[in-house]
Amino acid sequence: MNFQIATLLGQDGLTNGAIYALLALSILLVFTVTRILLIPLGEFVTFGALTMAAMQMGKTPKLEWLLLGLVLIDCALDIYQQIKRHIDRNKMKMVALKLGYAVIIIALLNNLSLSEIPMIAQIALTLCLIVPIGPIIYRLFFQPLADAPALVLLIVSIALHVTMVGVGLLLFGPEGARTQPFSDTGFRLGAVLLKSQTLWVILVSIFLIVALFIAFERTLYGKALRATAVNRMGARLQGISPIFAGKATFALAAFIGSASGILIAPITTLYYDSGFIISLKGFVGAIIGGLVSYPIAAIGAVAVGMIEAFSMFWASNYKEIIVFTLIIPFLIWRSMNSHNVEDDE
Amino acid sequence: MTQATEKNLLDISDLHVAYGKVEALTGIDLTLKEGNLVTVIGPNGAGKTTLLSAIMGILPSKGTIHFNGQDFICPNVETLVGHGLGLVPEKRELFSTMSVQDNLLLGAFQRYRRGDKSYDQTLNEIYKLFPRLWERRQQQAGTLSGGERQMLAIGRAMMSKPKLLMLDEPSLGLAPLITREIFRIFADLRSQGVSILLVEQNARAALKVADYAYVLEGGQIAMQGPAAELANDPKVIEAYLGLASKHQELLSS
Ligand SMILES: Nc1ncnc2c1ncn2[C@@H]1O[C@H](COP(=O)(O)OP(=O)(O)OP(=O)(O)O)[C@@H](O)[C@H]1O
Ligand SMILES: [Mg+2]
Repeated sequence: MNFQIATLLGQDGLTNGAIYALLALSILLVFTVTRILLIPLGEFVTFGALTMAAMQMGKTPKLEWLLLGLVLIDCALDIYQQIKRHIDRNKMKMVALKLGYAVIIIALLNNLSLSEIPMIAQIALTLCLIVPIGPIIYRLFFQPLADAPALVLLIVSIALHVTMVGVGLLLFGPEGARTQPFSDTGFRLGAVLLKSQTLWVILVSIFLIVALFIAFERTLYGKALRATAVNRMGARLQGISPIFAGKATFALAAFIGSASGILIAPITTLYYDSGFIISLKGFVGAIIGGLVSYPIAAIGAVAVGMIEAFSMFWASNYKEIIVFTLIIPFLIWRSMNSHNVEDDE
Repeated sequence: MTQATEKNLLDISDLHVAYGKVEALTGIDLTLKEGNLVTVIGPNGAGKTTLLSAIMGILPSKGTIHFNGQDFICPNVETLVGHGLGLVPEKRELFSTMSVQDNLLLGAFQRYRRGDKSYDQTLNEIYKLFPRLWERRQQQAGTLSGGERQMLAIGRAMMSKPKLLMLDEPSLGLAPLITREIFRIFADLRSQGVSILLVEQNARAALKVADYAYVLEGGQIAMQGPAAELANDPKVIEAYLGLASKHQELLSS
C-alpha cells in the first residue's frame, strides 16, 4: 500500500464513516427518548436515495402513495378517536392540515417536470415526502405500545423493517439506482484526486451533527426531548408529552435517514434492501458509544467506516465480517466496565 | 360576602382510586376555592399521595374532577398541565443529569410553547426566593443535597405559573429554618392569588398557613373544616399536633 491508495481508502472510509455517524446519532436519539431500537432507519436511507433517483429519471416517485396511505389512516384514526370522545376544533384543523399537506406534495410531484427542476428542489421535495412518514409510523405502530417492554418494541421494530423493505421493492422495483453528484468538480490535493461528493458528504454531515448538538444543548425543545429520556414522569409533569417527543424524534430520524440516502446516492448504487446493512454499521457505532454517549458513538461510527475501507483493500471478501466482529470485543469491554446505571432517585 | 362569589377552582366528588383490587381512596369529596390554600393531612399510607396523583391524571380514577370550570374525565397529565395544574410529586422526579437551570427552564416548557416569553422574569424571581439554586445553577440536579432538591422541585413547579399548585410533602427532609421559609413562601404565593393544595406531615405548620383543611384517614375524609378550627379540635390535637408538641417539649427539655 502506498500513500496514494491510503488517502483514497481514507477518503472512502471518512465518507462512509460520516454517514454511519449520522445514523448512529439518530439511533441513539430515538433509543434514549423512546426506548425503541429503530431498525427501519436504513429504509429511510434507501427511500431517500431511490426517490431522488426516480426524480432524476423523470419518474414520479411511487412513494407518494405510501405517504398518502399513511396520512389517510392517521387522519381516519384521529377522526374516529374524536367521535368516540368529543370533537375538538383544533384537532380537526390538524386533520385538515395533514390532508392538505399530502395533497399539495402529491400535486407538486405530479405536475412538476421533476428531472428538470434544480437539484436543491429535488432534495427538498424528497425530504418533504419522506420526513412526515417518520412521525406517522411512530403514531401508528409505537404510540399504542408506549408502556410495552423493550422486547416488544424491538419485535415491532423488526417487523416494521421487514415490511418497509417489502414496500421498497413494491414501490421502487428490484433495480439499483445512482444519482448525479451534487457538483461535478474534483479537487487535487497533492497527488490525489478528491471527489467533490466526498466533500459534500463530510461537510453536510458535520453541519448536521453540529446542528443536532446545538438543537439538543441549547434550545428548550431539544432539552425537552432530553428531559423525556432522563425522567419520563418528570417530563410529563412539565407538560412535555412523550407522544410529542416520540413523534419529534421519529421525524428527526426520518430526516437524517433520508438525508443520508440523498448524500450517498451519487457514490454508491443502492437497492431497495441496501439500507439495513448501512444502518447496521451506524448501529455498531452506537453500540461502541454504549447507546448513551453521543460523541463516542460518532467517533466509533467513523472508525467503523475506516476499518471497512481498509479491510476492503486487504480482505475485501471479509469486509462485513470484520466490521461486525468488531462489535464483540466492544460489547465484552463494555459489559466488564459497566457498573449498573441506577434509576433516577 | 366576597367568599360567596369566589368560585370553586377544584371540585372533586366521589373519587375512587384502586391499586389492582385494593381500593386506596373510597369516595373522596374535596373542594378548593380560587385563591385558597387547602391542606390535606393524615397518617402514612392514608392515601394523600394517591389523591394528588389521581387529580393530576397520573392514576386512573372513578368519580368527577372539576377543575377551572371544566370536567375532566380520564385526562392525561400533559393536558392538565396545559390547563394550569402543577404538581410537586413526592418523588420530585427531577431531571437528574441536567443542570439546575435547565430543570427550572423546562418547568416553563408549556409557557414557552404558548409563546409566553416572560418566563425569564419568573426564573429571576425563583432565584431570588431560593438564592441556593442561583449559586448552584450549573450543577447537575442529581448531585444536589436533599433540601436543595426540594427547592428545585418547588421552583420548577412554580416556573409554569400554575393556577393550582399541588405539593406533596414539600418540607420533607428540610431543616427547620428552611421549612419556615418555605411555608412563608406558600403564604406569599397565596396572597399573590395562587391557589395551593398542600399535603403535609408537618400538620402544625400546614394548619397555620391554610384556609381550609382535610384530614385523610384510611382512604376517606375523616374530618374537615377551616384550618383554624381544626387546629383547635381536640381530636386533631391529640392525633396530629399533640404528639408533636410533646415531642418538642421532650426535645427542648
Ligand atoms: N403502586 C401501588 N400499588 C399498590 N399499592 C399502593 C401503590 N401505591 C400506594 N399504595 C398503597 O396505597 C395506600 C396509600 O398510599 P399513599 O402513597 O397515597 O399514602 P400517603 O398518604 O401518601 O402516605 P405517606 O404519608 O407515607 O406519603 C398505601 O397503603 C400504599 O401502600
Ligand atoms: Mg405520600
